[in-house]
Amino acid sequence: MAYTIPKETYSGKVLGLEFGKGPKALKVGGENTLPFLSFEGNIPNKPVIAYEIQDILPEDWPDTVQKQYTAVSDNPVKWAQFCQNDLKAQAVALRLIGTHPDRGNRSSEDAAKTVKDVLSAIEIPLIILGSNHIEKDASVLVAAAEAASGYNCIIGKAQEGNYKTIVAAALAHNHKLIAMSELDINLAKQLNILITQMGFDKERLITDPMCSALGYGLEYTYSVMERIRLAALLQNDATMQPPIVGDVGMYVWKVKETLASGADIPQWGALEERGILWEAITATAMLTAGANLLIMRHPKAVETVNKVIEELV
Amino acid sequence: MALSGVEIFKLLPKTNCKKCGFPTCLAFAMKLAQGQIDLSSCPDVSEESKRVLGEASAPLIKTFNLGTGAKAAKMGGETVLFRHDKKFFNPCVFALNIKDTLSDDELTKKVDEVLNSEIDRVGQNLRIDAISLEFASNDSSRYESVVKLISQKSPEVPVILNCKDPSAADRAVKAIADKKPLLYGASEANAEAMVNIAKTNKIPLGVYAEGLTALSALTEKIKGMGVEELVIDSGARKAKDIVELNTQIRRAALKKGFKPLGYPAINFILKNDPVLEASIAAVAAVKYASIIVLSSIEKWKNLALFTLRQNVYTDPQVPMQVEQKIYKLGEPNADSPLLITTNFSLTYFIVSGEVENSKIPSYLAVMDCEGLSVLTAWAAGKFTAGKIAQFIKESGIENQVKHRVLIIPGMVAILSGALEEKLEGWKIVVGPREANALPTFLKSKTA
Repeated sequence: MAYTIPKETYSGKVLGLEFGKGPKALKVGGENTLPFLSFEGNIPNKPVIAYEIQDILPEDWPDTVQKQYTAVSDNPVKWAQFCQNDLKAQAVALRLIGTHPDRGNRSSEDAAKTVKDVLSAIEIPLIILGSNHIEKDASVLVAAAEAASGYNCIIGKAQEGNYKTIVAAALAHNHKLIAMSELDINLAKQLNILITQMGFDKERLITDPMCSALGYGLEYTYSVMERIRLAALLQNDATMQPPIVGDVGMYVWKVKETLASGADIPQWGALEERGILWEAITATAMLTAGANLLIMRHPKAVETVNKVIEELV
Repeated sequence: MALSGVEIFKLLPKTNCKKCGFPTCLAFAMKLAQGQIDLSSCPDVSEESKRVLGEASAPLIKTFNLGTGAKAAKMGGETVLFRHDKKFFNPCVFALNIKDTLSDDELTKKVDEVLNSEIDRVGQNLRIDAISLEFASNDSSRYESVVKLISQKSPEVPVILNCKDPSAADRAVKAIADKKPLLYGASEANAEAMVNIAKTNKIPLGVYAEGLTALSALTEKIKGMGVEELVIDSGARKAKDIVELNTQIRRAALKKGFKPLGYPAINFILKNDPVLEASIAAVAAVKYASIIVLSSIEKWKNLALFTLRQNVYTDPQVPMQVEQKIYKLGEPNADSPLLITTNFSLTYFIVSGEVENSKIPSYLAVMDCEGLSVLTAWAAGKFTAGKIAQFIKESGIENQVKHRVLIIPGMVAILSGALEEKLEGWKIVVGPREANALPTFLKSKTA
């Protein structure tokens, strides 16, 4: 019995999406095969990792990550420049967490100013994220989208409870948009349909099926991502073809395994490496399931996952 | 290849005798096709049919153990490419590679690391499953003595003899043949000698060839020589080759019924940077490796890899559960808040994590709802006022706290009235709908 490569034929493909402007603009997606299977399709773009920064001091981040940014994290402009110039980031994701009613309740105007200041200080593409407060995001992201007009940013996240105003703002100011639903392929599909029904091109959407950390539901995110990719490729389901984002850092850096010291739990080993690896493995699993864009926090984890990506393409 | 119910039906007596417990032969055939019953339930099936059905029902990926005894690890037997289609059955083996050039002291330390690698997580005992002993000294008597040393220090841990030299392999295998080691290192160059060792000692053989064309030709040849328990190495070392070749192996075996690749796959991931090594190992763990050989096993690295393996090999149909009890988060005292939730492991992890983030010591009552999340358990009638009241009363928490205030999940706010009636003397407080609001909630309650 001679061996022949068992190739799959796919009728669909993942949509390509460009964000940012000028020479540093990035493209993700566009593949017509399952993740990294070059023997049966084309994979024109590598996955991209964006460094997460935020508009207020990252006091809720564990020390392991906080100390990487001590010199710059009091100022999102300095922080973004540090990512671009020192860490050689491809992209930055600015989370406007300070607008959350429980986290300082900054106004939409303040948020818009932060967005403007950061944009004028960097050349790499910017992802603008709200605080994940449904009502507040509906106004904050509208102001942010306007402030970023012309920069071809990714804004998000539009959710079932607030997508209408956010979609309208992304449409008016020509941004790309993250649509987030909670760990359910049918909800992801439904939200993408609702958004495109407002006249928003599916070519400008990114699906966020909700990330989960290693050990805390990773398998759910993993399987939802795999199923979205299979639907996009095998069933040519157009609503499932936008690129996928994995918002890794915020889920990883609050679980016990990235917080508890080695002295407290000796059998878990050194905290520093454990945290870094927790983020790197969560991100790597997302890549193998189909994520095109990752949002991460620890420079060492990003460096490792970039090496994994180099080995995968 | 698996047969359909109708194909199986054609091979049955078609007497509808009902001796199997089903009303018709067709009904029995359908159950057989689904793998829900064994052919032996039919007393009248012909020998010829038994043979045909036996072959057809043989697993598409060969299944056998690495090692013997309590710590033996089952490999192969997988039936799907994607875990959501059914589940992945036999968790990949993590093995530590040790070179025989180390001093006896260093070797002992490495073996101790393996023996001390056990960690409990969600009720499962996880560990580094095997030792891969690499023949690097080029001295067969040294190799033999190291094999004996390791076997003596860790008699139960399965061993992979990573050795391409047949004469050294022969001595090493003989020294521990009763442990049923896996002899890794059969290639085109040494196949005959390695097969002889494997046959003589009745042990499985690890087969290496560069690429799947050469590998499948070699496994056919070796099978023809009489060794059927094989572990295959496609030569993949880079992440891309691991994803591509492991996928091709699994697909060829399952979708094409291609027997020459229907064996467990082994990936060697040996790098200087332990974080990178673990990340590449993660690629192999999610993409079909049966054995992953590592160069180091730091505790933090083990914890991450064990957790990933546990996640990926979880049955998507059966929720992971945690034990029903009152969990202490932080160091709660008689005035600390008491919260209740269900025993779906994810619910427990997220709720307990957020309570810990609040830095407010608390009691978390976790109630057995067969692993359902809060809303589902409520809808299924498993998380009801009556059952919660009974659990709280029987839990003994009334002796541990002075107050009588129970915080229930916001999702089941509807229960609060009924619960206050059933749980006499208690005040019910409705907590937030989402766990991530718990830190703010708890701080405001205790302020």
